[in-house]
Order: sequence, then C-alpha cells, then structure tokens
Amino acid sequence: MRAYVPAYEIQAPPDLSAALDRMAAEPNEWKPFAGGTDLMVLLEAGKLAHTKYLNIYHLRELRGMSVNPANITFGAATTYAQIRRDSLLAAEFTLLCSAAAETGSIATQNRGTLGGNIANASPAADSPPALIVYDAELELVSSRGSRWIAYRDFHTGYRQSLLRPDELIRSIRLPRNGGPAWKQHYRKVGTRRAQAISKVCFAGAALVENGKIADVRIALGSIAPTVLRATATEQMLQGEQLSPALSQAAQQTLAREIAPIDDMRSTARYRRRVAQNLLAEFLEKLSA
Amino acid sequence: MKESIIGKSILRPEGRGKVTGTARYIDDLDFPGILHGATVRSPVARGRIKAIHFGEGIPWDQFTIVTAKDIPGKNYVALMINDQPCLADQFVNHAEEAVVLLAHPDKYLLEEARRAIRIRIEPLPAILTIEDSLAKKEIIWGEDNIFKAFAVNKGDVDSAWAEAAFIVEGEYETGAQEQLYIEPQGIIARANPAEGVTIWGSLQCPYYIHKALTPIFGLPKDRVRIIQAETGGGFGGKEEYPSMISAHAALLAWKSGTPVKIIYDRAEDMVATTKRHPSRTRHRTAVSRDGKLLAMDIDFTLDGGAYETVSPVVLSRGTIHAAGPYACPNVRIRSRAVATNVPPHGAFRGFGAPQSVFALERHMDRVAEAAGLPPDEFRRRNFVHEGQTLAVSQVVREKVDMARLMERAFEASGYHEKRARFERENQGSAVKKGIGFAAFMHGAGFTGSGEEYLASEALLEATPEGIVRVLAGSTEMGQGANTVFTQVAAEALGLDCDRIEVLQPDTAYVPNSGPTVASRTTMIVGGLVESAARNILNTLLESGLLKSSYDSKDFAEACREYIAKFGPLKSFVKYHQPADVHWDDTTYQGDAYGAYGWAVYLAEVSVDTRTAEVRVDNFTAVQEVGTIVNPMLAAGQVEGGVAQGIGFAVYENVVWKDGRMINGQMTNYIMPTSMDVPPIRVIFEEVPYGTGPHGAKGIGELPLDGTAPAVANAIAHATGADIRRVPVTPEALIETLEMLELAHA
Amino acid sequence: MPEPVRPKSVQKIRVTCSVNGAPASFETYPMARLLDALREELKLTGTKEGCGEGECGACAIEMNGDLVNSCLVPALQAEGATIRTIEGIANKGLLNGVQQSFLEHGGAQCGICTPGMILAAVNLLRKYPRPTELQVREGLAGNLCRCTGYTKIFESVLEACRSQGEVPKR
Repeated sequence: MRAYVPAYEIQAPPDLSAALDRMAAEPNEWKPFAGGTDLMVLLEAGKLAHTKYLNIYHLRELRGMSVNPANITFGAATTYAQIRRDSLLAAEFTLLCSAAAETGSIATQNRGTLGGNIANASPAADSPPALIVYDAELELVSSRGSRWIAYRDFHTGYRQSLLRPDELIRSIRLPRNGGPAWKQHYRKVGTRRAQAISKVCFAGAALVENGKIADVRIALGSIAPTVLRATATEQMLQGEQLSPALSQAAQQTLAREIAPIDDMRSTARYRRRVAQNLLAEFLEKLSA
Repeated sequence: MKESIIGKSILRPEGRGKVTGTARYIDDLDFPGILHGATVRSPVARGRIKAIHFGEGIPWDQFTIVTAKDIPGKNYVALMINDQPCLADQFVNHAEEAVVLLAHPDKYLLEEARRAIRIRIEPLPAILTIEDSLAKKEIIWGEDNIFKAFAVNKGDVDSAWAEAAFIVEGEYETGAQEQLYIEPQGIIARANPAEGVTIWGSLQCPYYIHKALTPIFGLPKDRVRIIQAETGGGFGGKEEYPSMISAHAALLAWKSGTPVKIIYDRAEDMVATTKRHPSRTRHRTAVSRDGKLLAMDIDFTLDGGAYETVSPVVLSRGTIHAAGPYACPNVRIRSRAVATNVPPHGAFRGFGAPQSVFALERHMDRVAEAAGLPPDEFRRRNFVHEGQTLAVSQVVREKVDMARLMERAFEASGYHEKRARFERENQGSAVKKGIGFAAFMHGAGFTGSGEEYLASEALLEATPEGIVRVLAGSTEMGQGANTVFTQVAAEALGLDCDRIEVLQPDTAYVPNSGPTVASRTTMIVGGLVESAARNILNTLLESGLLKSSYDSKDFAEACREYIAKFGPLKSFVKYHQPADVHWDDTTYQGDAYGAYGWAVYLAEVSVDTRTAEVRVDNFTAVQEVGTIVNPMLAAGQVEGGVAQGIGFAVYENVVWKDGRMINGQMTNYIMPTSMDVPPIRVIFEEVPYGTGPHGAKGIGELPLDGTAPAVANAIAHATGADIRRVPVTPEALIETLEMLELAHA
Repeated sequence: MPEPVRPKSVQKIRVTCSVNGAPASFETYPMARLLDALREELKLTGTKEGCGEGECGACAIEMNGDLVNSCLVPALQAEGATIRTIEGIANKGLLNGVQQSFLEHGGAQCGICTPGMILAAVNLLRKYPRPTELQVREGLAGNLCRCTGYTKIFESVLEACRSQGEVPKR
C-alpha cells in the first residue's frame, strides 16, 4: 500500500445534481469515483495523483436501463455483472456481454462500471471495441445541461477525452441497428485464460449476403493510444467478396492502420501479428 | 492388530483454523504499541552511496531510523558465507538493496516518509547477464565473479566422439521465477539488550534466522529466539530471505525499544526478494548407431545475483541432476554459479534441478529425433537400472523401473493413440495439439554429506496425560509436515492421531531439525520422529508399566506412572548417515543422495497458432516416491507443483530493466488461475525405500523438475517449434511459428 | 498519535454497516481500504491481503450479496452495506458444508487464500447450487492459489454440493 491515504478525500453527494453543482463550482477539484476498480489499484500503487473524489457509485440517476424500439440506454454506473445478467443485452449486444465476461474477475465485475471504464480511458480496456462496433453514444452531463456524443469521437488521445472538467458520463445508448443477420465476433487475447489484461482485443460485426460483405464494423483495443475503429480496413472490405486473397489484403491494411507498442506485457510485433490473425479469424467465420 | 495409520489420508490437525480464518498469520498478530517498519532501497544496480537525503515536511524526529552504522555487531546476514550485508554501507551491488530502515506507529506516514528519502548513488558499471559476468567485463564479486564451480567426470567423454553415429548439441535457457506465495513476507521483532531478540515470522527455517541474528547483535545463542507464525506458503522463498527481514525488524526494535512489524507488500516482495536462478545449459551428446548414449558433455551456468546466498547448493543439485536417470558411460559436467548485479537469487522448490532437467529432457527429445528413434524408445534404451551408475558414479541401489513408470504414464494418458491422432488432426487446423513427456529423478534430502553435516535433531516428550508431543524445527506451511509427523509418531506408538501434538516451532523449545527444504522433512525428520517415538514406547514396555497389548488409556496411565516415578519421559534423536552412503566432495562422486524420487510426467497441449497461446489441456504425473504416508497430502504436493511447473513453462516471465524487475505486480507477473490449470492425474507407484519412515522418500520438489520439459516437448510436438527456453511466451513462440509458416491464417 | 507536519490529513469518518449479521461501526479515513477497516478496526483478521491490487482474491468478502475484493473498496462506500466475511460463514462454530468439504478433501494447504476462496465458493453455490466443473473453475478464477494447483479445491466444492452442503442463509 503505497499511498498516503489520509490525504484523500471522498465524499458522497446526495444526488446527481449536487455532484454536478460541486464539480461546476470547483472545476478540476473534484473527480467522480464509481466502482473504484481502476482508481483503487492506482491508489495502492501510489500512483493516484488526484486526491478529491465524489462518490457517484450509488446515484440512482446513473443506474437502470430503458428500452425502446430504436435503442437501449443504461446508466453509466451499470456494473459488468449487471450487463452480463441482462437478457436483452445478451440477445442483441453479444460483443458487450462477451467483453464484460472477460473483464477482470467476478469480484471486479461486481464493482466495476462501464462508465468508469470509459472515463478511465485505458487503451487496453475490454469493452470499448464492442461499444465502437455498436456505434454507442454517450450522454455527458453537467450542471449546465447534457449533450450526446458519438462514442467513437469520445477519446481524443492517450487517456484524453471530450469530457469537460465539470462533466460526467450519465448514460450509454446503443442503437438497435443490428439484428440477427449480423454476424458478431469478439476475441480478447490476454496473458492467461482469466483475469487477464488484454494484449489485443478484437470486436467485429458484419452483414454478409451471398458471400459478399454488405456492411462491416471492426474495432480493436490495446493496439493504439485509444480504442481504434479500423475504418480503412472496413472501407476496403465493404462490398467485397470474401476470399483468402481479400483476407490477406485486409490484414495488410489493418497492419498499417494500427499502432501497437512494446510494453512490459507484450511487443508491437506480437500485437500486430495477432491483430491480423484475429481479423483473418473473423473473416473466416464470416465465410463459414 | 491395530490398523495402520500410514497410507491413510488423515485430516490435518491445523486444518480447521484455515477454513474458518482463525489461523493467525504474521500480519494477524499485533502487540500494544507496535511500530511499523519499512525499508528504503537502492534504485540502481551498482554504485557508491554518496548521501542519504531526508525530504522536507516529514517529522523525522518521530521516526526510528537505522542505517549500517547502527548495527551493534557484524553487518552481514550469515548463510553459507558472510558476503551479504544486512544494510548497504558504502556500496550497493543490486537494485532494491536495503540501505535505510524506518519505523513509526502510523503506517501511512511511514510510507510517505519512505518516499521522502533519496539515496544519492554514484553509479558504477553493472553486470547484468551471465555472459558479461563470465567475460569478466567488471569484477563484481570475489576475484572472478564465480561463487562456486563444480566439475564432474565419469569415464572419458572425449574418447567417445569419434565412435559416435550421432552428435547432438544444444543450448537451453530458463528465466527467473518468483515463488509468489500468496502471503507476502513478514516479521515481528522484539529486541533490546536486556532480553535479546525474539522474532515471530512467516518462515521456513527458524534456525537459519537464529544463526544469522547472533553475529548481527553480538548475542549468545540463548538470547535469540525465533518463533514460526502460521506461514502462508514458502516454496523456498522463505528459506533464507526471512533472515534479512528479521535482522531489519530487530534492528529497528533494538533502536526504538519497541516491537516492530515489517510486512512486505506484494510489489516489494516481488522485486526485492529472491527468485529461482536463471540458467544456461549447453549439451553435447554422443549416441551410437543403435541409440545408446555414449557420452554427455554438459555445461551448466546459473545466475546467482549479487551475493552468494545458497547458490553453491543450488548449483550442486542442478549439476548432479543434469544428466538425469540415464546410464551413460562417459559424462562430463562443468558448472558454475556467477555473480550479477541483480537481487540475489535463492531457493525455490527444485533448487537447480528444474533448470538442468528442463535442458536435459528437451535435449533428449532432440537427440532421439537425430538418432531416428521415437522419444520413448530412446529413453527405454538408456534408462538406468539397479546396479548401474548415475553421472556422479552413484550406484543405483533402488529397484527403479523407469520404463514401467513411462508405460503407466502412456497407458493413463493414451499417449500413443493421441500422438498419432494429434499429428493427423493438426493438418489444416489453426489449433495444434501436442503430447510430450519428461523422464527424471529428484534426490531427497541434502546432497552427499549434507545431512551428516546438518545433524538434525528431534525430540519427543510424553505428558502425564499420555499425549506425546513432537518438538522439531520443521515448519508446517501447508505441505502437511505436522500431519505426517503425527501419523508417523502415532503409528510407532500404537496410538490414535489425536494423542499426538506437534508443537509450533519455537527455538526456545524445539531442537534444530534442519531447514524445511530439499524434500527431506518426511524422510529425514520423519525418520527421527519415528525413532524417538519407538524409544518412548520401548522405555515404557521395558519399565513393565505398559503391557505389550494396550490402548490409549493404558498408555496414558503408564506415562503418568513413569513420570511420577522416574521423571521426564522423552527421547532426543540425532541424525546419523547410514553407513553405506559415501560421498566425496572433492571429486563430486559417490552417493549424492540416499534416495531418489523417480518420475515420468506427460503433458497435452493445444497451441493456437493465431495467437501462439499455449494451453495445457491435460497432465499425467507418474512417480515412485517410496511409501506414501498420506495420499491426499502427497497428491496435493504433486498437483500444486505441477501448477507451478506450468507457470514456469508458459506463464511466468520476469521482465528486467537495468537490473530491476519491472513487472512486480500480480497483474503483470502471470501465475495460472483456476482456468489455466488442466486436470492433473496423479499416480503413485509405491516401492518402499530403506531408511525413510515405513519406506517413505521425498516428494515436494520432484514435480518442479519434470513439468516444464514435458510441456515444452508437447509444444514442440504440436508445432515443430524447437523450444530452447522457458517460459515459452506467446511473443517468442509466434516468431518461431511464423518461421514455420504456421502463423499466417 | 502525533500529528504529522505534512502532508495534510482529512477528517476521519464514521462508517456504520452490518458485518456477519451484527451492526458494526468504525472510524477511519474515507479512502482507507475496507480490507484494512475490517482487519484493524473490527479486528476481523480472517480476510487477507495477498496483493493489494485486486488480483489475488485473498481479500474477497460478500458485500450486499456480491463477491467483492475488499482491498478495492474505499471505506466510505461501505456505509450502510451488509457485509459477510469468513468469520460469518460458520454458524456458531458449526462449519458450513463448503468449509467441511475443504477440510475433508484437501482444499486448503497453507490456507492464506482459503478465506477468499471459500467466500467465492459460497457465492458461486448460491448462483449455481449444482455447478459443473467448468462453472466452478470460472467462479473461482478471481482467487489465486499457489499451493494446491486448484485440483482439490474443485473437488472440495463439487463434493460439498454432492453431500448437500448447507449454504447458510444471509
């Protein structure tokens, strides 16, 4: 335990507007604290620089789910465990449920929230590729009001985002554009079978008609400073007939689109090779 | 006739505390007014200490601060030699070397203070690899950077090359491995000139600590007392390192006048304490046309880190095991342990043998292939038998039948069928399966004259109520030592297990039974317990107070009467080497070990060629380790050891930068979870060996020797990759697979 | 306790919750780990620290019915919670079926992972009273054991179900 714990403040505002008022009154002073599964790890490592937090974990306004024909919206403080248990998400948004099941352990899934994960902005997070494929939208809220943004625009750089100092994420909305015709594939390659940090994370969804790719979405994690939507790869696959040659060409395009690094967990070379192989695996699955 | 307790899975006497959380480990113990202790360490691998700077804003006057100049006696942590300082004084020789100690009642402020201390060091060139050390780019230890060297010569290796039909060479490497006991290290010390030093701790060897503290404090032996707390795993990692922490805690206690508790957090434990010695082994092997070993020329090097600690003994064991369970007329083994500027490496289950056996068994598969033989046939033609000699010219006097162990492993796992089927099914599959095995042995007890030198002791004492108490320095840390002693004593006394009590090791009461290491506790110390128990029984029988047929009530009555009449009823036993064990330390020849465990381990793996991830799907462990005293505990040792071996083979990678481990977190140093460990089939062949109690031998370390090479051979079978190094990381394997053109989808 | 000169210290808070079926209250810093509050303020030392990073599961407890790693919960968030630790698994000295099974089948060696492992197993059995071996493996994947290789832990949990081990009521 490497932190000077007595220096850390965490307070529990009674409701969301009290939290937002405080954040507006003292910009950059107070940061939201949800399940703590990222922040407490930093605290224990002596690496949590910021010392003033507002507990948002229990705020009702950040929980719950609403469903309409166009989309599913759920609160940012929804935990991974809750995502896994939801039958509608399991039926229509399997990539997100797969990601939730691969995140940490049961104990961390019981506490970790999707909003917290997004705000923490780790390039190795497991859910963001799924959210990108699903064209997720985030509702950012402050005492001044709220705004919806496309999740694909949210991360602007390594651990940087559009979130303003007085804002927090209130909701995540998933458009129900998919449907059973879409083939979905999620694979996380980590350090072991469970409780693993991702080395490469792949999420893909495609509409295939007579062996031709009518539409495709591909996103990857752990291969760039932020989650990456492989737009160049999507574009060159769009409208093409599935074939081994197409797969080879797509792998080359992907290799140029991603920017993996060497770190203590893995190497750029490994990540690039595996990202290509996961794409190939996805395309093979589409051909089946 | 009373039913035998030997061979029964008696429940552990201390088990209830574990499942209820009432067992008290060192961090669960508290003393009024206790201070917390912390260690400030060198940030660089090698250098001269110029200054220690205490930062602003900390109330330093509230702290107890200890440096080398506060040491009342000698500044070294005695082990084999006295080269390792307790606190660095003018020089540091590895990153994380302890320089300053702090104590304070507030653990949060203590941590803040630790960070506020800067040690200014003028760096010196550091040696960080075996190659640089051997090349003597800098002399960092002794005259030549070499802690110890051995030379084993059997026959005449150089005469064999000319007649060889096949000559196979290979170089193999193993990386450092962290013991990763789930309970980090911890010590409580109470120390002052009036009382002396008392230590409570998570530890394996109370008498090692006792020996280390007496010179540091200049105290006589009876003023140093070591008490083992419930210990949450050791595996060798708590063999010698607790002496260092004990000295630190005691120095702080001595200076402050208050008890001090030092508990390492995981990050500190990982980066600062010992790990398994990294190794480099080179083989050159001559084989005849009909697949018989003619000569084995082996060069074996260990990276010992900055100080000697136990490196000579690790080297010894690795050397003696380097040529394995094979009959080869000509063997040369040249080995050495060298110094580098990293935290000293130390004891870890297997202790040199996992390193040399990995190299050997990988090499044997390659030799088999070169000789045009399947790996099992090659082994069959070369396995050693009773009456033949091992590499150190030890005549095998046990009824060893390695071929039978191998057959049992094949039968249990379906080896031949799977080997053929995997080869067929791998065609056109992205996931390749493989099956591989390793054949090996592990000597139980200390090498050669080691047990004679240790001269272990045990004491049994009967109470007037007829309870017999076992007093031994052996430490229970989950492996079941207490239970085995209970069974052995109960059997010898003809009593039920609940009439036996094994005392928690406390050097004020228990004699020195030697360290709890080297697969020796059941065989050697259990043997002493058995003798002492027999002595007590015989004393009662001979006194006439006990008839030849008795129950525990009669026994209790006899004890009560005996003690009232004659005084204490006890037996103190000291180890004596059997007369027929002869070992020559200078030529390194003779009876290296009194007994060996013999084994064949077999692994089935799947390798996903898209990601180069290796999954061990199934594991079969067949061994002959003498009589099994407690089947459940023995199987537990094998299962746990195999899991650690799987970690060693494919998951556990220490990442070094400038002589420091940079992945010292459980999130980045990967041990297997419940999803990563395969079903493990454990099979025991029981052949009673002469001198262990009821024919028992040692088992604790054996599983670490054969698991990694079995897995590596399976990976080689699955993919054709010529594995030369563990851990087999996906990053390394994928490059090989690419070269073998398997990685492209 | 002497006042530190630096750094600044926030006010301690009083946390009131329920632990093992009884009301509990303790004072500590708001960001102090629940693990430390349980061990040091409430003297419930059965819950262990193995890694301090939420990776090993030795600190696992039940909080509001969910398995959580107590080293990752700040004390403030334990306000009003219903908490169960290893000390609350046995019932007035009578071992729970899982505990008994661990004893009989060698599920514990050194025992340091055992409290968290038992909490995880009890939690698993509430979700899946008759789990498959795979479900047991998945349910325990957040609890690291270095001694057993997990084999006898799986046996212990599966045997606990077979012999109708009592899953204690909350």
